[in-house]
Amino acid sequence: MAESAIAHDHGVSHGAHASSTGLSNNKMGMWMFLGSECLLFGGLISTYMLYRGRVSSGPQPNNIFDIPFTSVSSFILLMSSLTMVLAVSSAQRKDDRNTNLWLTITALLGATFVGGQVYEFTAFYREGLGFTTSLFGSSFYSLTGFHGVHVSVGIIMLMALVGMNRNNRIPGDKAEVVELIGLYWHFVDIIWIIIFTLVYLIPS
Amino acid sequence: MSTATTHEAATENHEVEHHGLSDKQYIVIALILAALTAIEVSTYYVDFGPFFMPTLLILMVIKFVTVVSYFMHLKFDNKIFSYLFYAGLLLAIAVYCGFLATFKFFLKQG
Repeated sequence: MAESAIAHDHGVSHGAHASSTGLSNNKMGMWMFLGSECLLFGGLISTYMLYRGRVSSGPQPNNIFDIPFTSVSSFILLMSSLTMVLAVSSAQRKDDRNTNLWLTITALLGATFVGGQVYEFTAFYREGLGFTTSLFGSSFYSLTGFHGVHVSVGIIMLMALVGMNRNNRIPGDKAEVVELIGLYWHFVDIIWIIIFTLVYLIPS
Repeated sequence: MSTATTHEAATENHEVEHHGLSDKQYIVIALILAALTAIEVSTYYVDFGPFFMPTLLILMVIKFVTVVSYFMHLKFDNKIFSYLFYAGLLLAIAVYCGFLATFKFFLKQG
């Protein structure tokens, strides 16, 4: 009975370090990390919500945001989640060629998103919104900057994964390693889903 | 639970590890997410009146849950992973709602 129940758990794969629960320690660690990341971004988002109307000098949020441009960026990041899940799917089929292809496309889409963010920051700075211009500017750059750093770290992990996969240097279960990096990537996507709505679409 | 049982469970799990959806189903979900994003963006151009805020918040939650459930496989994975993630998420929501309430954020919105 108990063994039958365990057999239906989908949390561990061959070669992974299983815990006493029969689940992968790596995967459990990643989910705990993502749970803790909710607290980090929760703090940044709530600080922004509190300060977005506090503009002593410089431009107001509603005057500076370029919604059509940010919508395209959001769409690109959303589609990178699709390519990431296709990479995981390919890795589970042990299809190395397509795994590398989808991982590379995901990294390129992520790089496009970060490029768009750099362009946006530059445009905002030229319009008079610096990091210390107002509480709105400080909280906005802190929130979106932290997210951008997370995306950049994700791109580095994806490219490292492609390199390691090509040289067959991924230790343990390859599909699980791709899945773990996929979890991190999807997490930065869901954080952006919240930021896009609360920061950009809902006016202050 | 003995080590042998754990190993047995891991081996059996290996046989069912290809959980989740097919590639076509992932593409369909991505198209749905794209359509939801289009509706979100349309609120910038079209006046939704009193439905503006609820529409955006509901769409945000639907997109969030869809990505977590299907792309992150939480719907098909062991429940412990769901508990770990949603515990962090709910703790964050509770802590920061309390934080914002301290600064009378919700009163100002009303």
